[in-house]
Amino acid sequence: MPVPILKQGTYLIASVQSALTDADTERLQDDLMTYVSRYRAQGIIVDVTAIDVMDSFAARSLRTIAHMTKLRGAETVIVGLQPEVAFAMVQLGLTFEDMHTALDLEEGLSWLNKKLSSTRRHRDGNDRGR
Amino acid sequence: MIVVADSMVIAVKVSGDIVTARQAGRELAAQLGFTLTDITMISTAISEIARNITSYAGTGEVRIAVEDREGRRALVVQAHDQGPGIIDIPRALEDGYSTGHGLGLGLPGAKRLMDRLLVESNPGQGTLVEMWKWVPPRA
Repeated sequence: MPVPILKQGTYLIASVQSALTDADTERLQDDLMTYVSRYRAQGIIVDVTAIDVMDSFAARSLRTIAHMTKLRGAETVIVGLQPEVAFAMVQLGLTFEDMHTALDLEEGLSWLNKKLSSTRRHRDGNDRGR
Repeated sequence: MIVVADSMVIAVKVSGDIVTARQAGRELAAQLGFTLTDITMISTAISEIARNITSYAGTGEVRIAVEDREGRRALVVQAHDQGPGIIDIPRALEDGYSTGHGLGLGLPGAKRLMDRLLVESNPGQGTLVEMWKWVPPRA
């Protein structure tokens, strides 16, 4: 089942509803890349609240999405990892160290707001006088 | 999916079968009274070893059953394939070692998620991975 993606201002919110097959994962990658360009999105939230298993393949796919979209100027944050899923990920050896995570959608949005407002300030500073 | 008493065999050919296999394991684990944490660990481990079948052997099967192991009831998962086999089993059980494009977490990770994990393989003769978690005693 394809992952629905909502546009909210300059953010994209992808809510993973069920177990991801490889085809779903590839589709999500492609869709997010397309939408980042089409909507000039600066932030992406991938909500995995409904996911009951995060195996190494799914984790690697999410990391790929975060890296690919970063190269297009968008920040990705993963939200909603369930406690037992997090526990199993640690046992498996998955860390998500190079990824941004937040407790839930609300925390994810606030992280993006903070992150992007500081980036914008920084950019304004560099552009002064041009 | 074939259900024969306490044993299920799931043919693994495409990536969707991995999801079927781990969901079958999840259901059986829930019936046996495992905690949600254990259930999640079992289904994650099944996902990893089923993924090894599609990544390295192409096709195979996952068998999930309740059997005796070392005198106690255990949820036993066997992943069997007729693929190229594993040349160096000890290395395949090391973190970060992979001959494919994976992260090299599959077998060592599954071993940590379960109570036991054994690998039988000979080059050219396929691979059998057996792993289990002991069933919690009934309250």
